[in-house]
Amino acid sequence: MSGTILKVENATMQFGGVVAVDNLNLEVNEGEIVALIGPNGAGKTTAFNVITGVYQPTNGAVWFEEKKIIENHPQGKMKSLYKGQHAGEYTSVLAPTPDQVTKLGMARTFQNIRLWKSQTVFDNVLIAKHCRTHTNFLAAAFRLNHKEEARQREHVEQLLGEVGLSDVKNELATSLPYGKQRRLEIARALATEPKLLLLDEPAAGMNPQETDELTAFIGEIRTKFNLTVFLIEHHMDLVMDISDRIYVLDFGKLIADGTPDEIQNNKRVIDAYLGVAEDA
Amino acid sequence: MTMKKKQTIFMAAVLLLLLAASIAVDAALPSYHIAVKVIEKATVYALVAVSMNLLNGFTGLFSLGQAGFMLLGAYAYGILTIPVAKRESVYQYFDGGAIHFSLPEIFAGFLGEGVGSTVGMLAALLVGGLLAAVFAYLIGLPVLRLKSDYLAIATLGFAEILKAFFQWNALGPLTNGSNLLKSYPAFENATAYVLLAGVLITFIVLLINSTYGRAFKAIRDDEVAAEAMGINLAKHKRMSFVISSFFAGIGGGMLAMYAGTIAAAPFKSTMTYEILLIVVIGGIGSITGSILASFLYIFSSEWLLRGLDSGTFLGINAPGIFKNGFRMAVFSVIIMVIVLFFRKGIMGDKELPDLLNRRPKQRKKGGAVK
Repeated sequence: MSGTILKVENATMQFGGVVAVDNLNLEVNEGEIVALIGPNGAGKTTAFNVITGVYQPTNGAVWFEEKKIIENHPQGKMKSLYKGQHAGEYTSVLAPTPDQVTKLGMARTFQNIRLWKSQTVFDNVLIAKHCRTHTNFLAAAFRLNHKEEARQREHVEQLLGEVGLSDVKNELATSLPYGKQRRLEIARALATEPKLLLLDEPAAGMNPQETDELTAFIGEIRTKFNLTVFLIEHHMDLVMDISDRIYVLDFGKLIADGTPDEIQNNKRVIDAYLGVAEDA
Repeated sequence: MTMKKKQTIFMAAVLLLLLAASIAVDAALPSYHIAVKVIEKATVYALVAVSMNLLNGFTGLFSLGQAGFMLLGAYAYGILTIPVAKRESVYQYFDGGAIHFSLPEIFAGFLGEGVGSTVGMLAALLVGGLLAAVFAYLIGLPVLRLKSDYLAIATLGFAEILKAFFQWNALGPLTNGSNLLKSYPAFENATAYVLLAGVLITFIVLLINSTYGRAFKAIRDDEVAAEAMGINLAKHKRMSFVISSFFAGIGGGMLAMYAGTIAAAPFKSTMTYEILLIVVIGGIGSITGSILASFLYIFSSEWLLRGLDSGTFLGINAPGIFKNGFRMAVFSVIIMVIVLFFRKGIMGDKELPDLLNRRPKQRKKGGAVK
């Protein structure tokens, strides 16, 4: 466990008058598997979207590998609407698009699978390699980049072998069973050569057996690809099983963080999930 | 792998056959014959349809600006190629126009008559394409932020504005206002059209099969996922838009050659719809489909159904029914029937060589059941 790879600093995401993520602070260290949990609507996916550049935070900053990559402060109408904290602390604006964030070495999967439907399994992974190509379109059209292309294809073959999808590589992505589609989405993210992998509910809709397989799979790729994993998940078995640390979000606010054991016995977490009795 | 080789050989054979056919037609028939004209117009439409397919079918950007970019290409071609000696009569209301050179004549000066004027004509086509590409880049900056129908409306509006702009009297010394541009040189036989369009379409096919083409398809299938996987949406959409417009511009120049005169009026939205129709009938996302459809479309509208307008069709003489306008009525019905029976166009999203391998398709079905 060496340095911090991802640091979210006082991030607030406000939509109109609704504060979806309220002053979020978290750190993910290199090599760790960290989970972000919380009841439905707690703001977990919003937090992911802020980190990956899909949303621009209303206030706060995100650091990746000791470098500030995202920063914002309330502007325009939001200045008077802003309900969060740390107003005025951030003054500059850094707003990379999601593809720029991905190129820095952060790749993600989606809560509802988003594969390229008309493409084969192989092409789905190969397309993800596009962001690492260096040729311009003329050179690419005239096949002057055939060495790079061959290297990429070889890399994709290898990757598909490692995630166990070699036998279905020529199938359409959508013809795969659900569990394999999830696996393909992870393989596709891996093809962008990330250092940090963000998984948004990777086990959503899976049966217990598939969930177990996925748990083993995530552990496996972490070692194989030297990854740091940050994931959102509702399957507590999976979360408690593989996470080094857990952050708990409720109504946009961080209510707890710690090891799986600490979280399981945290009163606020239990209250958030089960509710508090009226006259307790 | 062998399948791929077989497909390549098959495609090469088809292309050679087409080329041989056009050479044969050129040799056997005079250049004003309807068969030659149909081949010429169909090749031009095929090129423009494929360029539209690159944008609408492969990148998923629903744009209707094709006629506008063709207009740019056509005018650029005409303005740059009218022989100097004829400028006085063409620009009779504008004192011989503002431009006093002609690219084919300049190139003929140091390359010789035959080669030089051909090079000059190609150069003028290229300028037309580049002009269309520059315009596409500029209007793409604001317009490509829009999606689906809104993009279509914006590009359609752009094309209409351009049409009006080119008829503006103040631009007369350049565009001849609302008068015709004419007397410019043109390719003399159908083979030249087929060769040029073939080369350009081949480039588009190569691009679509390259890493950039794959990125375009990813944007079409799922924009959010494409962006999350590191594909710069703005850059790739702009690239597709500019390349598509470049080829539409060249297509416009070739259409000007075919037509013999240039005016802004024919480049109206109807022309874009015609091309859209070809793309849809051929199959959105199929290059060979677009080519096939444009030949079928031009062949039937220009030749086969001609008789419906002029009294006699298939030997039936009925001047009372077969008169002006009846052709379009029949044509519309045919198109409706085609669209009803081929929901995804003639080719769907398949290419011609894909028809060779039937088996993998069945295996795919097996995979889904597993």
